[in-house]
Amino acid sequence: MSGPTAKTITEDEYFYGHKACAGCGGALAVRIALKVLGRRAVAVLPAGCMSAVGFNFPNLCFANNAIISTFAGTASMMTGIEAGLKARGLSDYTVVGFAGDGGTADIGLQALSGCIDRNDDVIYICYDNEAYMNTGTQKSSLTPFGASTTTTPAGSIVRGNTREKKDLLRIVAAHGIPYAATASVGYLDDYMMKVEKASRIRGTKFIHVLAPCPTGWGARTDMTVELARKAVDTGLWRLEEFENGEFRLNRGMSDPAGIRDYIRSQKRFAHLTDEDIAHIERFRDARWKDDAQGRSERGL
Amino acid sequence: MIVPRLTSDISVWSSDNLPSSTCYRAGTLVDVNAGWRTVRPVINAGLCKGCYRCYLHCPDGTIRMESGKASVDYDFCKGCGICARICSFGCISMEVER
Repeated sequence: MSGPTAKTITEDEYFYGHKACAGCGGALAVRIALKVLGRRAVAVLPAGCMSAVGFNFPNLCFANNAIISTFAGTASMMTGIEAGLKARGLSDYTVVGFAGDGGTADIGLQALSGCIDRNDDVIYICYDNEAYMNTGTQKSSLTPFGASTTTTPAGSIVRGNTREKKDLLRIVAAHGIPYAATASVGYLDDYMMKVEKASRIRGTKFIHVLAPCPTGWGARTDMTVELARKAVDTGLWRLEEFENGEFRLNRGMSDPAGIRDYIRSQKRFAHLTDEDIAHIERFRDARWKDDAQGRSERGL
Repeated sequence: MIVPRLTSDISVWSSDNLPSSTCYRAGTLVDVNAGWRTVRPVINAGLCKGCYRCYLHCPDGTIRMESGKASVDYDFCKGCGICARICSFGCISMEVER
């Protein structure tokens, strides 16, 4: 079955006139998801870039129903909205949340875990720009190794962030969620397919979409889509789905050697030596190898 | 077609249009983003094949497809240049704003 395409999604714009930085990957992820879900989507946005740029009263840039939640409470508010809509006898709606990497993997993780445990019928989308960008680039648990942020500054001894990026998909999958996936704004057809698929599944759905931030990554504004694509091609970001208790890889590593270009085109990695890049490469390769071994052990 | 548009009916704030709660009308816009731009995308309609790629990838949704050709809403385009880079037919050029 073919998924939604640029020509089949609605021409309506539900996220328009917002104050996101030029070339914002997060804004693209929100805009496209809402175009797939349509005007009956009720959106929840916690503190973070997308609420900061979408609700500057009297500018209200969402054309559908949208509300700001507490930073930690995205999933809790979605639960409440879903229960309220159901209690009022409404149907044909989608409750969707858009939280950043900090709002999901750090601050909102407990609420998300509870929501998945109750299996509430909502779609949780984490747009991952790999740091707390709204407040000026502080490290989150989804910031990759080596990235310089204001809380992990690169110096002569410490090479930026010393921790690896948290494997959020597997944390979410460990709950036994009906559907979870990773996506990238560099592959929008794949992202739209996953959002559409999530809208047809009952229970909690989770989509983790990589969304480059030109401001925080120190990249050109026109490179957002290309960087999101390169992250996938070089194997640093994997497109996967978790469904019926099984992981499925959607795309292989097509350009493993492109990792140098990817890293060298971003200021947040400017301090990394060739040795540091080799470390990132080794970590990536181990992850892919583990996955292959894991798959063969499960007989896939 | 639903798109938040500039509203002129709230240029003056009075008790009639101030919100009485924390809720307010969805899709209300009172100012444009055009002033953010240092470069603007210019579409050569003769070369445009109507592939929808620029329309799909614009983070601001400012590209419209009309009669199979792309056009830009310059009120809200921020000039990021993603459209020019993603176009396979080289029909979008970024020109300096004057």
